[in-house]
Amino acid sequence: MALHFELVTPAKLVRSEEVHMVVVPGAEGEFGVLDGHAPFMSTIRDGQIQVYKSEGGSPETIEVRGGFAEVGEKGLTVLAEHVEG
Amino acid sequence: MASLKELKGRINSVKSTQKITKAKQMVAAAKLRRAQAAAEAARPYAERLSGVMGSLASKVAGDSAPMLLRGNGANQRHLLVVVNTDKGLCGGLNANIVKAAKAKAKALIAEGKEVSFYLVGKKGRAPIKRDYPNRIAKHFDTSEVRQPGFEEAEEIADDLIAQFEEGEFDVAHLVYPIFKSALAQDPTVDQLIPVPPPEGDDAMAAAGEGAVVDYEPGEEEILEDLLPRYVKTQIFGALLEREASEQGASMTAMDNATRNAGDLIQKLTIQYNRSRQAAITTELIEIIAGAEAL
Repeated sequence: MALHFELVTPAKLVRSEEVHMVVVPGAEGEFGVLDGHAPFMSTIRDGQIQVYKSEGGSPETIEVRGGFAEVGEKGLTVLAEHVEG
Repeated sequence: MASLKELKGRINSVKSTQKITKAKQMVAAAKLRRAQAAAEAARPYAERLSGVMGSLASKVAGDSAPMLLRGNGANQRHLLVVVNTDKGLCGGLNANIVKAAKAKAKALIAEGKEVSFYLVGKKGRAPIKRDYPNRIAKHFDTSEVRQPGFEEAEEIADDLIAQFEEGEFDVAHLVYPIFKSALAQDPTVDQLIPVPPPEGDDAMAAAGEGAVVDYEPGEEEILEDLLPRYVKTQIFGALLEREASEQGASMTAMDNATRNAGDLIQKLTIQYNRSRQAAITTELIEIIAGAEAL
């Protein structure tokens, strides 16, 4: 089971891929998103998104600032104003 | 009749003008491709954001809605944010944008509203200043960066939102060109603040998803966080459209100019050859007449 993960900035679509799990720094605490997550929406605070490509693998981190995350049927979409790394 | 030397000089000067316009045309064509790609790349973000906005705005309505969405209740002082280019050589583009802005200003003044201008880009300053010398609130300079990016949009949006919160204006409109093709760029006037409720389709589609969505922290907080971002995206979009429009208009204008220069060169060359021939004929006649006289 793979989660569709998209990371979008105003300038471009940074990522659009199938991953195992993504840990997002939500405004009220970090949350991990796996496939089949219930519809959910949260603002995010400045921090690192951790992308786990496969189960048990080491995460890839992406620095984001300003934005929000949306989990829907189509997977996880993170809209961030600034992305580094 | 101009002398041969004069004609030669004019031909050369038109030729060098043609070289310049041709170079500018090619540069614009290359830049247009890049600007279009940038506008394309910005679309997913804008689409998602307005989708989310639509679903949230339909849920949070009434008095609890943030000020950016419902406005401050008044409708008296209007701010026109006019996005012009920084450089010329792009045909009637800036004239058209300014015309649209002035038409909107006129309509608002006729309704008895107060109007002020917030000018982005250099080329709108002079013509708007001529008609409304005391109404220009601010110039925003984008000429120092090579390609206006999200930072500029952010700066403009932050400035506007701060002004709005201080109550310096009630309604803001955004005037910018929409890039249709290299031949057509339509100046458009959109309401920017208060954020207009998203169009029926989007809101419907978003609401139609049906699933119960969890919001964290809450719907209102998210909306409050989202609205300034939405304004930024709006302005960023306008800057990108401006960039594409500028290059498109420039390409077309320069193509015309190059062609006109070519026509002019042809005409001048014919004139030059004719007068050269006439001069030779006159000389010959003089020689023959001189020989006959002996």
